[in-house]
Amino acid sequence: MKPAPFKYFAPDSLEAALELKAQHGDEAKPLAGGQSLIPAMNFRVAQPSILIDLNRIPELRGIRANGALTIGGMTAQSAAEKDALVAQHTPLLHEAIPNIAHPQIRNRGTIGGSVAHADPAAELPVVCLALRARMLAQSQSGQRWIEAQQFFAGLFTTALSADELLTAVEFPLARERTGYAFLEVARRHGDYAMAGLAAVLALDENGACSEARLVYLNVGDGPLEATQAVASLVGKKPSEEAFAEAAQIASQVDMQPFGNLHATPDFQRHLSGVLTQRALNLALSRIPKKAAKAK
Amino acid sequence: MSDTYSITLSINGKSYQSEVEPRLLLADYIRQVAGLSGTHVGCEHGVCGACTILLDGQPVRSCIMLAVQADGHELTTVEGLASDEKNLHPLQEAFWEAHGLQCGFCTPGILMTLLPYLQEHPNPTEHEVREAISGNLCRCTGYQHIVDAALLAAKKMHNGA
Ligand SMILES: Cc1cc2nc3c(=O)[nH]c(=O)nc-3n(C[C@H](O)[C@H](O)[C@H](O)COP(=O)(O)OP(=O)(O)OC[C@H]3O[C@@H](n4cnc5c(N)ncnc54)[C@H](O)[C@@H]3O)c2cc1C
Ligand code: FES
Ligand code: FES
Repeated sequence: MKPAPFKYFAPDSLEAALELKAQHGDEAKPLAGGQSLIPAMNFRVAQPSILIDLNRIPELRGIRANGALTIGGMTAQSAAEKDALVAQHTPLLHEAIPNIAHPQIRNRGTIGGSVAHADPAAELPVVCLALRARMLAQSQSGQRWIEAQQFFAGLFTTALSADELLTAVEFPLARERTGYAFLEVARRHGDYAMAGLAAVLALDENGACSEARLVYLNVGDGPLEATQAVASLVGKKPSEEAFAEAAQIASQVDMQPFGNLHATPDFQRHLSGVLTQRALNLALSRIPKKAAKAK
Repeated sequence: MSDTYSITLSINGKSYQSEVEPRLLLADYIRQVAGLSGTHVGCEHGVCGACTILLDGQPVRSCIMLAVQADGHELTTVEGLASDEKNLHPLQEAFWEAHGLQCGFCTPGILMTLLPYLQEHPNPTEHEVREAISGNLCRCTGYQHIVDAALLAAKKMHNGA
């Protein structure tokens, strides 16, 4: 249970880190919070020959709101959890973060590390997809923004190329007439969840659903979007029946869960269905009242 | 042996300087190089919480952090709690009085998790205490006495009870 030997670099600027990444490509793993990477190295499931520790690069930390909410890749999950801008502008993210592991892990684990890790059981990729976040990928030759829909490319796989680092995640600000909810069920607080989802529900002036997003964790090889369930909702006025139908389609048609140590595929479908109804009701109840009843 | 790195860090107010291999885990540095065996190692993958220490005042797992990463930082381990051999910290006294441990393996991690928590939350409910220690596993106690001890510690730390 000890890591295999590796070469270690701890650059103190992004420029230096990108130069190392350009030189060593896939051989070199960025080390963010280490809360997924070091356990994998202890088990020797991961044996990178080079580590580029990003912890000594201050410019990668920080949160700003300026038309959108931008979080530096190396911002600790616990810092984002306590941040007032996050609470105000991205309530879904604010609600999701405390579900990630335990405080001791969130003190080291980073926003960018979790997003780059692309674990289908993780909360942050689900939030990124539900909010249509964009990821900033930087390399020595420049930078590009990658939309969440393209970024998560499969099991522990992202659209980042070998010479790129994820340097920031940009979330659109919470919108009018829109409610957000994140719910999950885990065996014990802090464990990876058996099922869970992020729900976004937007109403038009007439109170009908104009847009919705339902994105699930741990039931696919990445964050799973229930597009058919959403299609059933759009255009309808929110009601118990409409939510029940969406929950049914999401859990029975949109997803093909594999099951895991703690839950069979059927149980994951059941949980996802129940959580869908609860999350839609919660999202609806959070739409500012004035807007919700506007006729 | 691969390259070594020179690191300087402080543990419980004492400065240490060492040459370490980058793959040395911080938990192993604390136990084997600094000789502070109060920090326990259970699972080595971040799950059990036995190795929890404070890094610049914040609780972290020392088994999933590299010793080189602690260069320039201030650490506190369970040995840093009591002011001297005769006077336990109120948190430790509470664990003693409320029988908050049996074998004691999980105790250092639980104390180092609770210390900053109780400093920030002077008057937690039982439910909040259970949530605060949800990242620490105990194989012996069934947690009830740990929770009792934590609630007693909150009183001792804040009212001198
Ligand atoms: C006991 C335990 C329970 C956990 N429970 C949960 C949970 O319930 N939900 C959850 O979501 N997570 C959980 N985690 C994982 C935790 O959230 C990690 O912090 C997260 O998955 C990875 O973030 P990190 O900053 O620690 O990244 P690291 O572990 O340092 O890196 C993860 C991967 O991403 C790559 N990477 C990191 N940063 C970048 C970057 N900027 N650019 C490109 N690649 C990069 C690394 O090379 C590595 O491959 C748990 C971890 C533990 C130990
Ligand atoms: S030994 Fe570190 S968490 Fe178990
Ligand atoms: S007292 Fe034995 S593990 Fe907790």
